[in-house]
Amino acid sequence: MEKKIQQLKEVTIRFAGDSGDGMQLTGTQFSNTSGTLGNDVNTFPDYPSEIRAPEGTLYGVSAYQIQFGSNLVHTHGNKMDVLVAMNASSLSVNLPKLKENGIIIANSAGFDEKNLNLAKYEENPLLNDSLKNYQLIAIDMESIVGEVLSGLSLSPKETARTKNFFALGLVYWLYDRPTEHTEIWLQQKFAKKPKYLEANLLVLKAGWKFASESELFPVQYQIEKAKLAPGYYRNITGNEAVALGLVSAARKANLPLFLGSYPITPATEILHFISGYKKFGVKHLQAEDEIAGISSAIGAAFAGYLAATTTSGPGLSLKVEAMGLAMILELPLIIVDVQRGGPSTGLPTKPEQSDLLMAMYGRHGEAPLPIVAARSASDCFNMTIEAARIAVKYMTPVILLTDGYIAQGTNPFKVPKLDELPEIPAKYETNPEGFQPYKRDEVTLARPWAIPGTPNLEHRIGGLEKKNITGIVSQGPDNHQLMVELRAKKIEGIANDIPLATVEGEQEGDLLILGWGGTYGAIKDAFDKLHSEGKKISFCHLTHLNPLPRNIGDILAKFKRILVPELNTGQLKLLLQARFMRPILGLNKVQGLPLQEFEVTEKVLELLNEKGGQ
Amino acid sequence: MRTLIDDIIEMPANGTVGSSPKDYKADIDVRWCAGCGGYAILAQTQRIMSTLGLPREKIVFISGIGCSSRFPYYMNVYGMHTMHGRALPIASGVKMARPDLSVWVATGDGDGLSIGGNHFIHAARRNMDLNVILFNNAIYSLTKGQYSPTSLPGQLTKSSPLGVLDDPFDPVALALGAGSTFVARCYDRDTQILQKMFDRASKHKGFAFVEVYANCVIFNDGAFDLYTKKETRKEHTVDLQHGKPLIFGDNNDKGIKLDGFTPIVVSLTDGSHSVDDLLVHNENDSTLAFILANMTYNPNLPRPMGVFLATERPSYDQKVVEQLNYYESLPGANDIDKLLLGGDYWEIK
Repeated sequence: MEKKIQQLKEVTIRFAGDSGDGMQLTGTQFSNTSGTLGNDVNTFPDYPSEIRAPEGTLYGVSAYQIQFGSNLVHTHGNKMDVLVAMNASSLSVNLPKLKENGIIIANSAGFDEKNLNLAKYEENPLLNDSLKNYQLIAIDMESIVGEVLSGLSLSPKETARTKNFFALGLVYWLYDRPTEHTEIWLQQKFAKKPKYLEANLLVLKAGWKFASESELFPVQYQIEKAKLAPGYYRNITGNEAVALGLVSAARKANLPLFLGSYPITPATEILHFISGYKKFGVKHLQAEDEIAGISSAIGAAFAGYLAATTTSGPGLSLKVEAMGLAMILELPLIIVDVQRGGPSTGLPTKPEQSDLLMAMYGRHGEAPLPIVAARSASDCFNMTIEAARIAVKYMTPVILLTDGYIAQGTNPFKVPKLDELPEIPAKYETNPEGFQPYKRDEVTLARPWAIPGTPNLEHRIGGLEKKNITGIVSQGPDNHQLMVELRAKKIEGIANDIPLATVEGEQEGDLLILGWGGTYGAIKDAFDKLHSEGKKISFCHLTHLNPLPRNIGDILAKFKRILVPELNTGQLKLLLQARFMRPILGLNKVQGLPLQEFEVTEKVLELLNEKGGQ
Repeated sequence: MRTLIDDIIEMPANGTVGSSPKDYKADIDVRWCAGCGGYAILAQTQRIMSTLGLPREKIVFISGIGCSSRFPYYMNVYGMHTMHGRALPIASGVKMARPDLSVWVATGDGDGLSIGGNHFIHAARRNMDLNVILFNNAIYSLTKGQYSPTSLPGQLTKSSPLGVLDDPFDPVALALGAGSTFVARCYDRDTQILQKMFDRASKHKGFAFVEVYANCVIFNDGAFDLYTKKETRKEHTVDLQHGKPLIFGDNNDKGIKLDGFTPIVVSLTDGSHSVDDLLVHNENDSTLAFILANMTYNPNLPRPMGVFLATERPSYDQKVVEQLNYYESLPGANDIDKLLLGGDYWEIK
């Protein structure tokens, strides 16, 4: 049949099915292929916290959402254009997020009586008119793959398991994507299992062919390339980016790397990646608990390593005392907190930005630490390197805040060469002449890093207050005041060594949207949209939370109103109000969900309307 | 892959190999109470250091919090006084990072077995190559006299004015159960045995645990007198010597015999038993070590002193080195650019 071709700027697709349906894999393949074609891509996996939830249930639904486009896409999208639903539960759970007149590609084999019951459907939604506001394409994928693979000696179960690649083939055709990238991937993946390789290749191509020939698919959509800088790209999760950032930072500093960590969702993958980097000389300890994780890292830092510990909310709570020790010892250490919904166990797999105040103040005594935050999955790489730079240069622990959204979501990472990355100058003290463990550098106020093994620099350090310069234990009142002030001054001084904050849009005026961390994508999309529509608004996104960029006070002073969207009840807002003594507006969401572009847009429009519009 | 740290590791000793105990003495007043068991432990540690042939810079002492944990300040080597209970994971980080260092931990019964109990069993399980001296005074001293995990039932302390209800740990049994490869017990009054145990521990590759009965003159004075005072010691302790029968008593007139798996006291003078009937110590036998450890709180048996167990098992830090050496010898090792690119990338031209 004659197919119509239609051009689109951006598309949001959600692959949804049962936990065992391979949706994460399917989604990853689609996003990588789209990246290969030059689209910008942003993804988010949405899977149950149960490991193997009972098959077919509502809570066992696993999904993978992708937004791709010819413009830059900063989030995984809000409402979907296409929902691929492999069973009844996945339709039921995800339908509310499908756009009106959106496309449903349903595997009708997943809507038998058992599946309908588990999904709590009284009638089959594919057969009544309940989906009349959508473009429903129902295909019995299991029968088709059964026919396609009838010549192979596969069990019915093995045959049925290939249906996700049939669905992928369909969607590849629908958006005019070739199957080559996935074919190459399958050839590597199943190099030792030729039977599965052949089956998956056949089914993938059958899906593509089916869509190209079937009247069920009258339109094919095309999306032009995005304007991306030339270079090599890969999709990357925030957690992998942190792991790569640590290895790269160590190499740039010419230091060996140590990670002390304990498994915790959603930070564990950093430990997984690092533990696989044995070819790169990385040492790691999966410790007996969170405290031992950071403690072993402190030991390694004392011994001269670039040391890190990685965790999420409850783990950060456990590390608090050790963070104070590392702070008063003045040893370099990178503490990565992948923020999740709290308090307590809270929402283990869901994002939040509610650890900012804890990062700022969550230690007994006066114990300020530098805090940096990543704004996207790929930015986790840059901010990890920045955290390492500050840690080594200033001899201090540094907290890197990411969150469950950017940690597990992906966006294209423009892969740098090691040579292109900034140097991290690290050095150990070796000269015994005039050596004192707490004699500070005049500019940075950092103390020397003298490590065991260096002759004639033997010294003792500890958690007790110490005398300025000599480091000898001292409980003296004036000395304590001096040391507290010196340690704080060292951290404040880092403000002179970080980039100034920049403002997009109007450089002064009515409304500044000020964000931090993983909400960047949603805010940026909202800002771009409204600004291109002529709204007089401005946007600034913070990467350094402590110390703040030194021009932030000047920026705030230039705007009548400041809106801080964040996934907490107003933590950055509180910090800014306290420091700059002026009211700040908040957009505060604590639902365990990422911030969405439309939520920012609505809030900004509401604020603009309050002023009578423009 | 060579890094900055290799320059430090390879630095030659520069007149820093001490030859007398005072070379390892820090220039600082020791602030323990007069009569504290810590003094003897400190003196013997410094003495042993001077015999190891190790430069000062290659020795690290790590401690947690408590009276015993002041130890690193008094040693003229590298040291860190850290958090209550956390000396072992910090020392583990030091040792993993730097297998070239001799890493020692000074801890106590509260620090090491209560707040740090979890770290204790896991460091032992991993056979981390650390030398751990546990000052057991069966009391929390620095917080002024509360009962500890080794206090005895009924003991009157500030936090048990009517008597302790808890049952105690036996540190030796705990160390054995957790997988420690060298386990010994000694006491502060006997400098010879202290030296011997510290020397053995320092030469042991793996987790070396030495429990020292350390008298707290202020809050638990005389707690171990039965086992440490000249007048009672011989009747109430038995020295463990590899390959030797277990003989004890004021006149070496008693011995330990195994009745099945149960140790019993037999007389060597009433004609019923001879030395040939006695249990012969074998410090390489872990089953025997458990049996001996189990004598600890048995009031009918003497308390064993000496090396309970000395076995060999690869240490964790060494296994890490071996793993890295292997993987770093493979093609593509240390190619970070390749790692960054990953397996699934594309090019935009």
